[in-house]
This record gives sequence, C-alpha cells and structure tokens, in this order.
Amino acid sequence: MKRLLALTTLLATPAFAEGELKVYHWFEYIPDDLVQKFEAETGIKVTIDTYDSNEAMLASLKAGKLGQYDVAVPADFMVGIMAADGMLDSFTPEEMPNLGNIEPKWMDVPFDPGRKHSIPYQWGSTSFSVNRDVYQGDISSLATIFDPPPELSGKINVLDSQNEVLILGSLYLGIPQCTQDREQLKALNDMLLNAKKHWASFGSDIAKDVLVSGDAAAGMIYNGFSAKARAEGANVEYVYPKEGHVVWMDNVVLLKDAPNRENALKFMNFLLEPENAAAVTNYAAYTSGVMGVEPFLDDAIKNSPENNPPPGITPGVFAQACDQETQKLYDAIWTNLKK
Amino acid sequence: MAGPGPDRPPGDATYRDLVRPLLLPSWLVIGILMVLPVALMAVYSFLTKEFRGGVIWDFTLAAYDQFFLDRGLFGDDPPRIEWTYISIFWRSIWQAGLATLLCLLIGFPTAWFIATRPARTRGLWLFLITIPYWVNLLIRTVSLRFLLRDQGPLNGALQWLGLLDSPLSIINTNLAVQIGLFYSYLPFMVLPIYAAVERYNFALSEAAADLYANRWATLREVVLPVVKPGIVAGCILVFIPSLGAFLAPDLLGGAKTFMIGSLIDEQFRGSQGNWPFGAAAAMILMSLVLIVLLIYARSQGRAPR
Repeated sequence: MKRLLALTTLLATPAFAEGELKVYHWFEYIPDDLVQKFEAETGIKVTIDTYDSNEAMLASLKAGKLGQYDVAVPADFMVGIMAADGMLDSFTPEEMPNLGNIEPKWMDVPFDPGRKHSIPYQWGSTSFSVNRDVYQGDISSLATIFDPPPELSGKINVLDSQNEVLILGSLYLGIPQCTQDREQLKALNDMLLNAKKHWASFGSDIAKDVLVSGDAAAGMIYNGFSAKARAEGANVEYVYPKEGHVVWMDNVVLLKDAPNRENALKFMNFLLEPENAAAVTNYAAYTSGVMGVEPFLDDAIKNSPENNPPPGITPGVFAQACDQETQKLYDAIWTNLKK
Repeated sequence: MAGPGPDRPPGDATYRDLVRPLLLPSWLVIGILMVLPVALMAVYSFLTKEFRGGVIWDFTLAAYDQFFLDRGLFGDDPPRIEWTYISIFWRSIWQAGLATLLCLLIGFPTAWFIATRPARTRGLWLFLITIPYWVNLLIRTVSLRFLLRDQGPLNGALQWLGLLDSPLSIINTNLAVQIGLFYSYLPFMVLPIYAAVERYNFALSEAAADLYANRWATLREVVLPVVKPGIVAGCILVFIPSLGAFLAPDLLGGAKTFMIGSLIDEQFRGSQGNWPFGAAAAMILMSLVLIVLLIYARSQGRAPR
C-alpha cells in the first residue's frame, strides 16, 4: 500500500499542476503516509521543515521566513502571540468545510476565539517520565527531576524549551506564571540552577531517544513522546505530578503572506477529516481535537496510560503569554540557566 | 603568513595588465562573502534586541555590556565583572588548545610516516586520511554520540574485556567534547605537516648525523625549523575551527556547557534569540582570533631569514 501511494506520488510528480505547500512543523509529528496521501489526493507537492520549540519557530519566522511557509503548528499560547503580532492570516468558515468537525470545547478557545486563524492539530501534556528499571521509588512529585533521588542524579534529560522548563519549575515551587514578584523569581532561578547539577543534557528532539537508549533514566517529556518511548521498548512511566503539569494544544495556523494560501486551506481541511486526524494521533500518540476519530484509532493509543490519566490527578495548566516586561525576567532566568 | 619577498613581476606589460582583471573574482568573493557579512554583524552587535527575536534599529552598547558586566538577575544591581562569558571563552580556548596539542602529537608522527613511505603508496595513505571527510560532520558527530554513550560499543567492549565494572560516563562531558574536536579536525593537522615533511630533504638529517647530532638534536635543530610552517598552518587550521565549534558541545556535551560556538548559535537559533548579543560575541571572538594571527604574523615578519 505504501509503495502504491509512493508510486502515485511519483506519477503525479511531473504534473504538480496544483503547485506546492510549504509546511513548518515540529520534528517527528506527522506520518509520511499521511503526507503522501495528501499529495496523492490533491497533486500538491509538500515540503516540510522542522523546529524543536515554539520560540525557535517564532524567531525563525521573524528572521525573514514569514512569507516562505504556508502553515505552521504553534502551541496555544504561541497562536495568541503570533496573532497579536499580525503573523497570521484568517479564513472564513466557507473556506474550511470541515470546521464543524472540531470538538465544541476546542472551537471557541481563548487564543483564537471562533477559530479564524487556526485548527486543532493535537493536544497533550508535558511533564516527565522515569525508567522504572532504574528507579522504583516514589515519582509522584516534580521533585523527581528538580531535586532528584541519587539513583537519577546525572541521568536526567530536560527539554530545551524555555516555556516548559520554567512553567514546570514554577508548578514545583507553587508560584504563579507571569509573576513579577522578585522573591518568587529569585527562588525559581536558584532552584533551577541547583537542579541543573543533576541534569545530564538539554534536548527536545532527543527526549525520546535518550530514554530508549538508556542515556537518560528520567526526562522531561511530552506524553505522546513518552508513549512512543515505551512502545520502542523502554520501561518508562509517564507521571502526572501532584503539583500539576502543562497542558497544550498544537494548532495548524494559516500564516500571513502564505505563498500557497489555497493549498494551505486544503491541507488544513484535510487534517480535519476524522480518518486523517486519527492517523496523526496513531503516529504521535497524543489526542486529536476532532470528533469522530474513535473508529480509526489504534487500541494501544486509545487506552495508553499516557493519554488516560488516573482519576483525581491535579489538573494541568496552559502556558500563559506574559507581557513584555515580565517576559524579560523569565528570559533572564533562562539565559542564566543555560549559560 | 609572510612568505619570501614578493616576486619581481616579469617585465612583460601584458602580464601586468592582466593582474587586476584576474584578481577581480577573488576581490568579489572576499568583498561579498566576507567583508559584507562581517560588517553587517558589526552593525547588528550595536542594535537593540527586539522582544522575542529580531532587532530594533536603535544603537546601543547593551550587547557588549551584557557580555562584560553582570547587573544581576533583574538588571539593576550595581555592575560587576561578568565572568560567565569570559569563562566560556576561556573554556573554549582551553578545549581548542588541547585539541590542537593532541592533534599535533598524533598528527606529526602520522604525517611523518606517510611522507616517508615510497612515493607510490603515499597516495593511498593520504586517501585513507581523507575517507572520513566523505561523510558529513554532523553525521560523524552523531555517530560518535552512539559510540561513546553509556550503553554504547566503547563501554560495552571495555566491560566485556573486564576493564570496567560499570560504564564510564563519557557522553555529556567535556571529555566527550574534546574527543569530538580531536577526531573532527585531526586531518587538518596531518595534511599541512605532510606537505612540509614531504619537501624535507632527508640529506639534511644525514648531514646532521655526520656532525654528531643525536636523533633528538636533529629533530629539534634541523627537522622542526624546516617543517615549522607546516606545523603552524596545521595548528591554525585545527585551533580556529575548534574554537568556534558548536556541533560537538551541542551533541556530545549535552547542550549543557557552552563553548563560544554554541553560545553564538543559541543566540540566533535557540528559544532565547538575542541577535545583537550573538553578533557581539562573534565580533569579540573574531577580534581575539585576529589578534593571535597578527601577533604571529608580526613575529614571523621580525624573524631573521
């Protein structure tokens, strides 16, 4: 089947009358089969570049890539930032026939009320995972990565993503996001500097591989990425910590000055088909925001512990976009941590 | 490097007329691909960082201030000397210097060995040296990561041989970075030294021996002065790229301790994104390299011929 699809793509290649689509996407987040299916259905040639954090994507678009890509996949808070910066184009419901497939709770979201610039891609959570072969003790607290037991010290990978590290750190200390309180920020800074001594590496795209290879015995990670690590043979347990965790939704946005706006809309509409949304979920192991995906989901994904937190866990929080003055303080903490 | 005095151009007028047009492409390449970007960077290092990446066209010394002065987490403590970046530079110079020394220790005998083979097999030896270069540096560095990891073949072999009880932690340390630098740039040391040794007239060694010089004295008094340009070229070719390396610290060092290259890389690519600061760090690095090269050129210029 795969070969047949590839062949169809090849046959369609010379024509490509429908032109191109330039996608700016997270690493390892869309199955090749699905891209080929889209190419076969539409005759549009898709090229994908990847990034490994929301901030890196924003920086790159600001550095002059805006106008070169048609769609990108920012998380919730970043959709708000990009919309405020005028980096997003909008579409009408008529241009997006499958808009009605979006789950109602994901339709009128604060970062894009009424879904004028974006559609849901996948949503999930960020916390951490521990290799249970290495450490069998209590892992219910974020202390596992910020003040780890000796068994895990020096074997922890941390996401190379400012937002997630700082929010999880704030949750651990019980301080609010976007605070300007100096005592709290100082405490966050000191706690992170101390925690860094126990960390082996910073890396987002390697977060799964280091757990699978055994380079890291614990690591900050996204729930679906941890599920993939487990599927690849690592005995890792994903934790919904008692202090809370980060919830996020990644969204496909229509970029301003998209060179292939029509094709971008086709692609977004394509991703709202339940079968296609389910294909992404089966690959990335998160949860889609589209109705009617259940019949297409693999059982292993549907029932995974990473996607089905036990009842009674502390609810997750979305990242907030801080104002400029506050953000500067958080930027300073991150620079201080990484230097 | 100061070569021998300028050659007298032949009196032929047509030759002299050709010099300018023939040099034009080189001037264009240097002007467009080197001077212009460096000038651009110099300008950017004096601009203001925009919120969340990019720059604002307001001239300021903020980037250099951030490099040299520590004003506390919130930027309003009385300024003190900022040691962070100076220590990053120092660590980079130290790592690059060590890599250069190791490359020299291994590279010189290697080059000597190749240059003293029969002429028909030298090509083969040189060919073997260049083979790793057929593979992209990124891929070679990632492969090293696999070799050095706790559960990797190196630790596996050492444990199998009974030399180790538990795996040696190499990955994500400065040692791993050092191994990466040494491995990446070794050929840059071998090739120029080979070129120098190959031209060495071995009759000189025989003459030295006839004059009762022992092997050590021959090496020190005769061989080294003759092949010195090759050694210096090799050292420069290893030291400078090692100084700016960012793949090794990122992939082998765990992106945890910066070297100059990764510090600059982070300013343009990373989530922090501070272009003026990255440009300033790059300008400071370049000034350092230039100063070293100038001192060297000066000392060469003064040396008696």
